[in-house]
Amino acid sequence: MTLSIGKALNAALRDAMREDDTVLMFGEDVGALGGVFRVTDGLAAEFGDRCFDTPLAEAGIVGMAVGMAMNGFRPVVEMQFDAFAYPAFEQIASHVAKMRNRTRGAVNLPMVIRVPYAGGIGGVEHHSDSSEAYYAHTPGLKVVTPATVADAYSLLREAIADPDPVVFMEAKKLYWAKDEVSLPVTTAPFGTAEVRREGTDATLVAYGPAVPVALEAAAAAAEDGRSLEVVDLRTLVPFDDSAVAESVRKTGRCVVVAEATGFAGVSAEIAARVQERCFHSLWAPVLRVTGWDVPYPPPVLEKYHLPGVDRVLDTVDRLQWDDVPDPRFLVPEQAT
Amino acid sequence: MTTQAEHRMPPATLPADADLLPSAEPIRFLDDDGGPAPGDAHGRYERPAPELLRRAYAAMVLGRRFDAQATALTKQGRLAVYPSSRGQEACQIGAVLALREADWLFPTYRDTMALAARGIDAADALTLLRGSWHCGYDPMATRTAPQCTPLATHAPHAVGVAYAARRRGEDTVALVLIGDGGTSEGDFHEALNFAAVFHAPVVFLVQNNGYAISVPLSRQTAAPSLAHKGAGYGVRGERVDGNDPLAVLAVLTEAVESARAGGGPVLVEAHTYRIEPHTNADDDARYRDHDEVETWKRRDPIARLEAYLRSQGELTDDDVSAAREAAEAYAADVRARLGEEPSGDPADLFAHVYAAPTPQLREQAGWLAEELAR
Ligand SMILES: Cc1ncc(C[n+]2csc(CCOP(=O)(O)OP(=O)(O)O)c2C)c(N)n1
Ligand SMILES: [Mg+2]
Repeated sequence: MTLSIGKALNAALRDAMREDDTVLMFGEDVGALGGVFRVTDGLAAEFGDRCFDTPLAEAGIVGMAVGMAMNGFRPVVEMQFDAFAYPAFEQIASHVAKMRNRTRGAVNLPMVIRVPYAGGIGGVEHHSDSSEAYYAHTPGLKVVTPATVADAYSLLREAIADPDPVVFMEAKKLYWAKDEVSLPVTTAPFGTAEVRREGTDATLVAYGPAVPVALEAAAAAAEDGRSLEVVDLRTLVPFDDSAVAESVRKTGRCVVVAEATGFAGVSAEIAARVQERCFHSLWAPVLRVTGWDVPYPPPVLEKYHLPGVDRVLDTVDRLQWDDVPDPRFLVPEQAT
Repeated sequence: MTTQAEHRMPPATLPADADLLPSAEPIRFLDDDGGPAPGDAHGRYERPAPELLRRAYAAMVLGRRFDAQATALTKQGRLAVYPSSRGQEACQIGAVLALREADWLFPTYRDTMALAARGIDAADALTLLRGSWHCGYDPMATRTAPQCTPLATHAPHAVGVAYAARRRGEDTVALVLIGDGGTSEGDFHEALNFAAVFHAPVVFLVQNNGYAISVPLSRQTAAPSLAHKGAGYGVRGERVDGNDPLAVLAVLTEAVESARAGGGPVLVEAHTYRIEPHTNADDDARYRDHDEVETWKRRDPIARLEAYLRSQGELTDDDVSAAREAAEAYAADVRARLGEEPSGDPADLFAHVYAAPTPQLREQAGWLAEELAR
């Protein structure tokens, strides 16, 4: 059947709740409304108060989920938008991430924090942050971000079943992306990146909302006779070093594509890991295409900020194909 | 539409508007010297049975000795830091004695006496303050959450644990300990609100000891009392003389049993005082008068309980000696067991971050092992 990512997430929640009555879904507007993106559509009707609205307070939502996870439930909570998860950050960083460690494994927190994130939907202020680096930088959390319909279903099921807390980042602009899938589907487990398109000349490493951009760029490059491989990370934590390194060792060139701001971001981490592991296979420095280091812009400026196909292709062009140094990073003497 | 889960939950009763606000004066059964005080005008609270008070007395004597021992251990470098709760024994012990074994306790860094009263091994209870990365005891087995340091952040956890139990139709109650300073944190308010909305059986016990490190209560709130903060959330508030063990036990027992019976959460403010500085590293002369400390020493909860029990013929010289001897033996054991250097296996750094270490953590554990093997 043809299904959108949003509907696949909905199906994953429904199937998980059918199979295990300790799975609960709660947050803001997730009940009668079915969530502002309708990911919880119909769950309250089918499961009654196992899918329920809470007071409007994100720290309270995550904090209560911690207590419920300590006492026999598997809570899935929805943060309405990326930037509105920040009130819960102390709970996430100080408790969700650390509870297992500070109790030497005695207290597990099998809980999922769903975060609709990133831009490209013309959202007004505070509705388009790429906040994955905050979570990926916090040991104890798993951070997952599906880019395909099958992964949306399978990774969410895996997140709910996982004994560790998972921050499940849902790219908003992909909610409506459709694909053929037959449910239930099981894709590769956490910590496994997937090669979405094979290529030989350079590797594009992407995740979440950047995956379709990378694929589109690879298709365009093919028309110009350049063969780009696209690796979809799927989970940021755990990170699949071996799949990424294997691809880059094969192609010898790498561009990381991410929507988030680049400075100190997940893209920087990926670039560092690639050069550590693949230095002797690289024909050019690892380059990045990311959002600028600015607050997420308003709808009128969004298109200048988001990494698009052209920017990806321009960056691929700078990968020293003819041994020409990247003009952007020349030292001043060289430039004159 | 009612669901299965709702059917399992005991019926909820909401507090009457008039009950939301605390009594005009803190509830007290004893005056400062352990003589009789007016008690409770509403007749809501029952004077605790002598047997319970005798247990409380022994536990308070032990708690105080343990506390003094822990402070002494900081001077010998055996503990990284210790926040004393000397003077707050009635609250710490009262909170534990009001609970059943199956109930949950959510303590802070200051509540080590309460851990001991809960039956947690003293050396385990001091693990965190020894400078270890973990809480030392098994929270699931002891129904006691790890001591919480980020202020008030454990309050929503207590709500979650209690609400989870209520959804399953169990009659478990969660009691969360908070300081006066902690009541200014957002999590305290979110927890009160969630507890009320979900009718979670939680008792919030605020040990108002007058200070948050150096900052006096007047800088935390302009409310008539901290117990008043419940009313805005539909949570019944009460205040009690926190150095009167009878009153603390009476009020907390009522609160816990009311929550258990479906009466919803209760907020109790206990007026007390920490006799020692904030921690061994604090210099309290910079922010409070010596006279103030002396005034509070005269309201000592152990002395008041002892005077009361003696006046009732419920406590003999032999009982007092027995309690002190037990406390000395306990302290000697703590001293002996914390004498050794704490050990830390570097592999522990990586062992419990996730249920199974990620490839990155396995790799890093290997690198550290190599470094140490050189
Ligand atoms: C969120 C947070 N902010 C600051 C601190 C540092 N801190 C530790 S104890 C303390 C004072 C707390 O006072 P109170 O809540 O009255 O508890 P008490 O120490 O008196 O028992 C402060 C500010 C902290 N632990 N957590
Ligand atoms: Mg205080």
